This record gives sequence, C-alpha cells and structure tokens, in this order.
Amino acid sequence: MNRLDILESRSIYILREAYACARPLAMLWSIGKDSNVVLWLARKAFFGKVPFPVVQLDTGMELDEVYAFRDQYAAEWGLNLIVINCPPENEMDPSLPPMTRSAARKSAGLANLLRDGTYKGILVGIRRDEEATRAKERVFSPRATDGAWKFRDQPAEFWDQFTTDTPENAHLRVHPLLHWTEIDVWRYTQRENIPVNQLYFSQGGKRYRSLGEKNITAPIESNAGTIDEIIKELEITTTPERAGRLMDNESEDSFERLRTSGYM
Amino acid sequence: MANTPNVQPITETASPAQLVPGPQMRVVIVGHVDHGKSTLVGRLFHDTGQLPDGKLEAIEEMCRQRGMPFEWAFLMDSLKAERDQGITIDTSQIWFRHGQREYVLIDAPGHREFIRNMVTGASNADAALLMIDADQGIRRQSRHHMYLLQLLGVREVAVAVNKMDLVKYDEGRFRAIEAEYRLYLEGIGITPRQVIPISAREGDNVATPSERMCWFNGPSFLETLPQFAPPESTAERPLRLPLQDVYKFDERRILAGRIESGTLRVGDDLVFSPSNRTARIETIETWNTDGPVSTASAGMSVGITLNEQIFVERGEIVSHEIDAPIESDVFHARLFWLADKPLEIGAACELKIGPNKVKAVVEHIERIINIDSLSDHKATCVSRDEIADVIVRTSQLVAFDAHETLSRTGRVVFVDQHLTLGGGVLSLGDYPDQRQLITVRGTNLTEVDHRVDPVRRIARNRHKPGVLWFTGLSGAGKSTLAMGLEQRLFDKGYQVYVLDGDNVRTGLNANLGFSPEDRAENIRRVGEVAALLADAGLIVITAFISPYRADRERAREAAGEAFHEVFIDADVATCESRDPKGLYKRARSGEIKEFTGVSAPYEEPSTPDFSVDTSGRPVDECLDDLVTYVTDNFITARERQ
Repeated sequence: MNRLDILESRSIYILREAYACARPLAMLWSIGKDSNVVLWLARKAFFGKVPFPVVQLDTGMELDEVYAFRDQYAAEWGLNLIVINCPPENEMDPSLPPMTRSAARKSAGLANLLRDGTYKGILVGIRRDEEATRAKERVFSPRATDGAWKFRDQPAEFWDQFTTDTPENAHLRVHPLLHWTEIDVWRYTQRENIPVNQLYFSQGGKRYRSLGEKNITAPIESNAGTIDEIIKELEITTTPERAGRLMDNESEDSFERLRTSGYM
Repeated sequence: MANTPNVQPITETASPAQLVPGPQMRVVIVGHVDHGKSTLVGRLFHDTGQLPDGKLEAIEEMCRQRGMPFEWAFLMDSLKAERDQGITIDTSQIWFRHGQREYVLIDAPGHREFIRNMVTGASNADAALLMIDADQGIRRQSRHHMYLLQLLGVREVAVAVNKMDLVKYDEGRFRAIEAEYRLYLEGIGITPRQVIPISAREGDNVATPSERMCWFNGPSFLETLPQFAPPESTAERPLRLPLQDVYKFDERRILAGRIESGTLRVGDDLVFSPSNRTARIETIETWNTDGPVSTASAGMSVGITLNEQIFVERGEIVSHEIDAPIESDVFHARLFWLADKPLEIGAACELKIGPNKVKAVVEHIERIINIDSLSDHKATCVSRDEIADVIVRTSQLVAFDAHETLSRTGRVVFVDQHLTLGGGVLSLGDYPDQRQLITVRGTNLTEVDHRVDPVRRIARNRHKPGVLWFTGLSGAGKSTLAMGLEQRLFDKGYQVYVLDGDNVRTGLNANLGFSPEDRAENIRRVGEVAALLADAGLIVITAFISPYRADRERAREAAGEAFHEVFIDADVATCESRDPKGLYKRARSGEIKEFTGVSAPYEEPSTPDFSVDTSGRPVDECLDDLVTYVTDNFITARERQ
C-alpha cells in the first residue's frame, strides 16, 4: 500500500465506524476540496452510495462558483442535500472581532441544525495540519448540544477505538480526514480524478488556496493552473494554508474562541 | 523583550515533486512535564527552516505580551490556556520533512493530569523519543510513559537527555542518566536506537552536532530519525478481518471491515468467529477501481460477498479455518487504567475488542505492577494510572488473539457508556481455547427421535432423571460423597450411576492429557455422557473438580433442565489437611504444576443448585442432606403419594 492507500483505508474505516455507531449521521459539505474528498471516500466506503444527508451551512456569502458546483454535483451524485440558512451577523457575540463574528454564523447555523437532536453524528472534513487547534482534535469528538468543544477534557482515543456513545442530546463530530495533509488532499484528488472547483486554479495570477465566504477570504498570489502545479507550489511554500482566511489571525485566540464555541 | 534565537536555520532544499511520497513515520515525543518536549519541536522546525512564514514573529509577539523570554514551545502549544500556564494540555501533531521521509511529530503532554492525552497521541506512533531533563534526572513520567508506550505497541525508541546547558554540558551527568535509564528499558524489553545529550533551547545535537559536547560521537536527533524502522507488514500472518458492518444498499449483501493482518483471496473458505459459521468468499467489492480485485491484504478496508447468505454481524472476526483466532469467555489482560473511578473486583463493565462490544466482569486482580521498580503487589482495585494484570470473564464467547501473536486483534478497551476507561493487551494463559469444544465437525447430520417417551421412563423408574454435577476442590469430598450417595440411592430403588474423574480418564478419556484444552475436553465429554445417561432415565452423579465456570455451563447446556450443580464446599486448608491422594504435598513441592487451589484458579459456583459444606461434618450427615435434596427434586408428586 502506498501512502494514499494507507490514508484512504483509515478514513474509510472511520466513516464505517461513524455509520455503524453514530446514527442518525449527516455530513457537512462546504463544497471545498476537503469535504469533496470526504464525499468521495464515503462513496468508496459505501460502494457508490452516500447513505446519509449532506448539509451545507449557507451564509449566502459563498462565491457564485461554489453554488454552481454544489448544484451540479448534488444532482450528479444523487446526494440528499440539506441547505441550512445561517442566522445573520448581528445575532453573533459582539465581543468577537469583526471577521470572526462573521465566521461564527456557521457555528450558529450548525447549532440550529442540531438543536432538536436529530443527528447523533456529524462528519466534518477538517485536518490537523491546517490549523494548530485542529491539530489537537480527536477523530470522534463528543460535543454538548450547543456544540462547545471542551478541549481541556477530551476523551482518550487509541487503537482506533473511538468514543461512540454520547449522553442524551449531545452529538459526535467525526473527522475522517484529520490525519491528511493539504498535499495529500491534492494528490488524492488527482489520483481519483475528483471534480475540483475552478476557483482553486490561478486566474490572472491569483487563486484560492482555501475556500471561504467572499467577505472574509482572500485569494493568494499564484500561477498554479493545474493540480500538478498546485502540488509543486505546496512543496516549497512556507505560507500557511489558511493565510487567506481572515478570521484566523484577527487576535491571538480568535480562531480558538470560534472553535471552542462550536466552529468546525 | 524576547530573546531572538541564536542559530540560523539550515536551508533544506525541497525535493522535486514526486508522484506520491512514501508512508509517514509518526514519532511521538514523551517524558516528564517540563523536560522540554514542545521546546524540542519548536527548535527543530526553526533549525531546519520549516517554520511557517510569520510564525517566529507571532511567537515573539506572544512572548513580548507575556513579558517572558522567547519560548519555542509556543509553536506546538496552540491553546491560549497552554501558553498562559506554560504547559501542554493535549497532544498535538505537526508535519515535518527530512530526507526521503515525511514525519509526523506528535507532541504529548507530560503532566500526570493528562496521561490519557499522552496515550491518545502515542497510540498511533511508529516510534518514540523520550526526553529526560539532565538537571532533574529520571522522574515518574519518564518511566510511566515508556511503560505505556511498550503496552501500546511502540518498539522503536530513542532517548534525549535534554537541558545539557543547565549541567554545563557535563559528560559524567549524561552517562549516569544514560546508564540508569538503559537499565530500566532493559527491564521492560526495549533497546533504544540512541541515547543523545541535547539542549533543545540552545540547539545542541538537535539538528546539528554540538560543538560544546565534543565528547559525544553519536548522531544528533535529526540524524537519528532515519534510523527508526517502519512497521513490519503483517500481510503474511494469519488472516484477521473484524467485521464493522453488513450493507444491503442494493442487491449485493456486502460485509465490510479492515483487514488487520493476513491476506484474503476470492474463493477462500472463511470462518466467522465466534459464531463459527463458514462460507466461501465470492467477490471483493470495490468502487472506482479499474477492473475486479481478487486479493486484499493487511491494512486495507474492504467489502466482500459470500457464496451463501449466512447470518453474521458486526464484531465477528473473519479468518481462514487454519490459524483461526482464540475463542473464550475468560482471559488475562494487562491493562492500563485511565479513569478516575477505580476498577474493582467483580465490577461489571463493557469491553471492545475491535468492533466487537461485549459485557464482562473483572473476576480477579492478579497483581498491580509498580512502574518504577517493576515489582508487583496484590490489590482489590486498580486505581487511575496504575498497570494491572486482571482476569476478565465475558458474558458470551469472544474471538481474539494473544497479543504476543497478533497484536492488533489482541487488544481490549474498557468503556463505560460514553467514556473510555482503560486499555489492555490480551493473553489466554492457562485457560483453554474453547473453539474445539463448540465446533461440530460432522456435516449432513439429521437427528432422529426415540419412540420411548421420557414420561414412560419416569413412570417405570419411579423418579425423574438428572445430572448431579459435583464440583469442588480436590479433597473436598466429591468422590466419597458421590459413591456414598450412589449406594444409598441404589438401596432405595433408584437407577443411579457415578462418573468419577480418575475412572473416566482410564477409559473414555484415556487419550487426554492435562493441558488446558485437554482438561476442557475431558469435562465436555463427561458432560455429554452424563446427559446421555440422564436421557436414558438415570440419575447421574459426576465427581470432577471442574474448576472453570465455562466448562460447567457447557455441561448444563448438554443436560438442560435435568442439570443440578452441587457445590461440595471445603476451603483449601481443610482439603490440604485431608489430602487423600497426597496431591497437595506434590503440588506444594512443585512436582505437580497448575494444581487447582494451589497454583491454578478454582472458580466457585456463583448460584449452585445445592451446596454441601463438608468442613468438620461427618460424611453421613452430608449424605443425609443430599438424599433429602434428591427426594425433594427427583420424586414426582404422583410417586410421592
């Protein structure tokens, strides 16, 4: 088995554990490169079928290409798509810095989805290498009803034995891509020929390295127009992946505050 | 004002784009709190030029705000609470490139409070670096972490004696710690790749050899990394495929799981344990591959279909008929306990062995292991952070492997609803593998019915049939009471017969020895014969120590409602003072090994149908009790009149 085979096999194992132990299960689809890989892995794990609903937390602020991609592949792959409209920004915690407040709308949308206890498991395509607090995540992360992440008191997780039971009304965040890196995602996308949103490729010397809402995400300087070129670029870059995600670095702990209160 | 780092980074030229790089090597960094684990990672990233842009400045700013000197640990300690308290709370991971390999460096917390986070980080590691503060020397977590790593299965180890700057780079100090720690590692069966003197803060022997420690000829930490060997492939070992699920999304019925060891081929005959069902593999199912797949091996997540639709479910282990896993409802576990609430003898708990979840009871705590001295002592409970050897009994038969033989299917995790309480590695010890006892080898069997109704047998014999299963220690009085009871009942007109241990072993069971499997088979055959004789209308009295509950339960299953478990109760001291066959004496001298009550366990009946305490009571009195029991239970109401 090569490196991608190893990563893929473990992710499939995690997806199948989630489907066996954390039902009703749903998946968050941001329509970016990572959650597209999770969708693809789900189709591998379940032999062509995605046996759970796929949820988009919509702020209405995504780029047009994102919506177009969503509609095309939701139809083509026969997905059970649920779109949740996130609450407006003026309902968010006013003590958060402005960009962070805007990002918090997604946590609020997710909390609304989970409020009535419909779902026990939520699949999220975050990775340890993209951000330092995500590096401390568990594969199965138990959350209270409000989604809060108790990072001081995470359960033990070893030998691929995950926390699969939760108290009443709590849910599990399941992270099948936690052990992948950004380059792994691109290599796998290339090998499997997974459709890619054109926003990731350079247009006029700029491309999106990480897709977020248009008001809080900036493209980077890049001439990479193919996956090969993206991989070459990533092999030498020392710029962090989420440098274009403006809410991450507004203050020392702005992203940590987002995550502890339920952000993905 | 923050001090700026005093070493310029070495620029490592990035390798050209390869198709797909090799597998990662995951290295966990462990050791006592404040011995410099996070600092080492920060330093290594800086010295090899792999710090992300802006990170150095961000750390400087964080340190300036806190009015403290430059702190390398802030690279890994990403939570504000960690930086404010200067302590790593939870494990973190960071990717690192060096030479041909990519490494995942796993920074584990060293504080006693966060052992479970250390275990979480270490459990996926291929190798470990253990850090010891040169000034403080070996501390509790220096040993505790390494002991846990060994249980978790990490065998590739290097040791860094850190903060050599604090001891003025003194070779004597380093050699003393090295000698003491090598001795400890030897005690737990680990040989380190290297023991390196370093200063993470100053950069000595981290990425470059230290000029201040010319007396050390070994490699730096960076040069040690390539010495770690990757995990060995288990594709050639016996096949183990624990089932995660059975899917029926379309016309196919697909069994899904990950192959933990061995290789699977289309057309193979498979056994499912513990259901013991068999079937042949028809296809290996895939999605988005070029053409059909005919073989799959260790590490792969697969789906298979079978040639017939047998009922199997999540938790069963798929194997070949040869080299199938152990089946037992009792086993030994060496466990590490992580929960605040101690584990007590008799505690009911839930276990996970792979995807299989089963209810269990901790029957016995054999010993608690002192992690520092490696000596052991007795206890009635296992407290948090302790290592213990326990005996566990499950509510039903489970399939597993001895950890020594196949590690991935030889592990257990204790859970309590939504919490993971601890983990352990499994062995069977002296208990028998019960697979042989429940396997029906014959095929095409059709049972035929007798024409003599059991009721007519009762009418002729004027009593009900049954099995009086005497169990108890050697010397408790089983044979004496069995023969006495047989005589009394016969004289009263009963159809009665005794099956006695030594008598049966000279005939029916002459081909059996005293291995755990043979002992279990001995009892199985006696149980079956007793059931046949009871079916023929007799009252059968058996006189066997039959120390294992599982064996007696199987005898009960054979005879059904006619089975009466009779506990012939006398303590070891009483039995030993009687010692009619001189066996205790030979067991005490070591001549007889594994002697029940002395060097092998006796599992008392928890709810016997009848008990006779023979300590200090005359035989006749005991026989009176037994005759009363038989009269009460074997004479039908009509006969009584």
